Amino acid sequence: MKLFKTITVSCFLLLILYADLTKASEGNTGDNFLVANNDVSDVNSLQRGAGNFFNYCAGCHSLKFIRYNQIAEDLDLNKSQLVENLIFTQAKPEDAVIANMLPSDGSRWFGKSPPDLSLITRSRGTDQVYNFLRTFYKDSNSPTGADNRALPGTSMPNVLWLVQEQLNEKEFDQFTLDIVNFLDYVSEPIQSERKRIGIWVILFLLVFLVFSYGLYKDIWKEVH
Amino acid sequence: MSNGQNQDQSMFSNTILKWIDDRFPLSSLIREHATEYYASKNFNIWYIFGVLSLVVLVIQLVTGIFLTMSYKPSAKEAFDSVEYIMRSVEWGWLIRYMHSTGSSFFFIVVYLHMFRAMLYGSYKKPRELVWIVGMLIYFCLIAEAFFGYLLPWGNMSYWAAQVIVNLFSAIPFIGETLTEWIRGDYYISDITLNRFFAFHVIAVPLAIIALVFAHILALHHVGSNNPDGIEIKNYKDEQGKPIDGVAFHPYHTSKDLVWITVFLILFFAAVFFAPEMGGFFLEVDNFEPANPLQTPEHIVPPWYLTPYYAILRAIPNKLLGVIFMASSVLFFVFLPWLDKCKVKSIRYRGWQYKLALSCFAVSFVVLGYLGMQPATGIYVVLARLFTIVYFLFFLMMPFYTRFEKTKPVPERVVYKK
Repeated sequence: MKLFKTITVSCFLLLILYADLTKASEGNTGDNFLVANNDVSDVNSLQRGAGNFFNYCAGCHSLKFIRYNQIAEDLDLNKSQLVENLIFTQAKPEDAVIANMLPSDGSRWFGKSPPDLSLITRSRGTDQVYNFLRTFYKDSNSPTGADNRALPGTSMPNVLWLVQEQLNEKEFDQFTLDIVNFLDYVSEPIQSERKRIGIWVILFLLVFLVFSYGLYKDIWKEVH
Repeated sequence: MSNGQNQDQSMFSNTILKWIDDRFPLSSLIREHATEYYASKNFNIWYIFGVLSLVVLVIQLVTGIFLTMSYKPSAKEAFDSVEYIMRSVEWGWLIRYMHSTGSSFFFIVVYLHMFRAMLYGSYKKPRELVWIVGMLIYFCLIAEAFFGYLLPWGNMSYWAAQVIVNLFSAIPFIGETLTEWIRGDYYISDITLNRFFAFHVIAVPLAIIALVFAHILALHHVGSNNPDGIEIKNYKDEQGKPIDGVAFHPYHTSKDLVWITVFLILFFAAVFFAPEMGGFFLEVDNFEPANPLQTPEHIVPPWYLTPYYAILRAIPNKLLGVIFMASSVLFFVFLPWLDKCKVKSIRYRGWQYKLALSCFAVSFVVLGYLGMQPATGIYVVLARLFTIVYFLFFLMMPFYTRFEKTKPVPERVVYKK
C-alpha cells in the first residue's frame, strides 16, 4: 500500500515538474532569449508602456477589448493626461482603442492586417512578445528591410528602429518590457485586483477552517 | 419566561411541520437520507470526493446560469461575449474563472471518486447499480465538457470539436452522414455552436441531475461501503442502528464541512492565482478566436480526456482507434462482473490486484501525459505500451482476481479514535 502510494504521488509530481520545465523553455529561439518577468502591479512601468504603445504601435494595432477611460483609471491618469498623452485619434475617452489604419489597408500594405493585441500576451505568452519586440535586425532581403529572430519572416516592419538606435541595449530592453507589461495588463485588466482579493478569500477560508474543524471535533467527541 | 417562549416557538414550528408532513414526506425524507442514514464511522479521505463532486456540480450550475445571462451563442459574437464577461460584467471574471476552473476540478474529484471505488470494491455486490449509474454520470460529464469546450469559440475549441466530431466519420457506411447530422453543416459552424449550447445548458445538465438523484437513492438503499469493505448492517444495536455507523447528519456532514473548506481553499487558490494553470485549465490557443483557416500546431483535448485521446492515436487504424477509445471508457461499467474476488477492500486483497491497480493508475496518468504530446517517435511507442497495460487490467481481471490470496477480513470496521 505504501509503495503504491509513493509511486502514484511521485508520478504526479514528476509530471507537474516536467510540464513546468517544458513550459519555461517553450518558444526559446536562440541564446539571446530573455524571460519577460514583468510586473503588472508596477503602475510606473504600465504608464511608460502605455506611452510607448500609443506612440509606436497604436497607429496600426487596435486593443478592441479595452476603453481609453479604463486604461486611465487603472493607470492613475486624469482626463487631461489621457487626452494629451494617449489619444492620438478622434476617439472619445469612453471609446474602445481602435487603430486609425483600416484593416483592409493593412492587408494591402503588409500582406496581412496587423492583429488586434488585446489578448496577444495570453495567446503567445509575455516572453514571446518581449523577445519579438527586442530582436528585430536589418535584413536587406526582406521587403520591410528588417527581419526578426523570434518570429522569422514577420510582415511587421521594425517600427522601433529609431528607438533601438538611440537607446543602449539595456534601456531598449526596458522600453520593450514596458510595452509587454502594458499589453499584459490589457490582456486581463483585473489581474492585480484578482490576486489582491484572492488573498482575503483564502484568509477567510482558513479562519472558517478553524471553526469548522472545532465543530467537527465537538460533534465527534462522543463517537468511540 | 424565556422557556415558555421557546416552547411556543417549537409548538408553532411543530404545527407547520405537521401540516407539511400530512401532505409531503418531509420528516421521513430527512430521517431516511440524513439524520438516520448510517454510514461507517471509519471513512478516510477517499470518501470525501462524492460530496465534493456535488459541491462542484452546484458551483457549475450556479456560475453557468450567470454566464448564460451574458454569453452569446453565435459564431460572430461568442468569443467577444466571453471577453465582455471577463472585462465589463460586474464580477464576470470571477464567475467565468470559477466555471472554467470548476470543469477541471470536476474531473479531478470524479476521477478520485472512481478510484476510491476501485480501491475499496465499492462497485461490488450489492452496489453494482450505484456504480453503473455513476458511470452514466461520468459519460454525461464527458459530453457536458465536450459541448462546453466549444462555447468560448477559441481556436482550440474549434479544432478540438472538429477532430472529435470527425471521429464519428470512422463508422462504416453512415459515418460521413452522421458527422454532418451532428454538426448540422459541412464543418463546425454557427449552427453547431448553437446546438452544442443547447446540449450544454439544458439537455445534459438535466440528465446529470436526474442521474445524481438516482445515484444517491441507490446508494442510500444499499448503504455506503467503507475502507474495510464490510457491511456495517450486520451488527446492529437493540434499536436497530448499525453499531459501526454514525448518522450522516450531524456526524458526516460536520466532517465533510471541514474537507469542503480545504477543497474550497485549493479551488479558490486556482481561481484567484492560477486560473490558466499553465495552459491546463485555459489553453493558450483559446485566447485567439476560432479560425477555420488556421490549425493550431498540436490539437489536444482538455487534460481530463487526454488518456483516451492517447489510446485513440496509439492505434494505427482510425476505426479500430475509435473502437478502442470507446471501449476504454466502457470497460469501467463491467468492473462488478470482471472482478471475481469476494473480498472488497484493497486492505485485505492479494498482491495481484494491488499490482494490477497500481499499473492501471500509472498507465492512466502516463497516457494522460502522452495524449498532450505530439504523436511521434517514442511517444507513440510508449502510448501503445501503456494502452496494452490499460486493457490488460480489465481483460485479465477475471483471471488474476480468481486466484488472489486474500487476507482475513475483520468482522467489525477498524476504527482508531
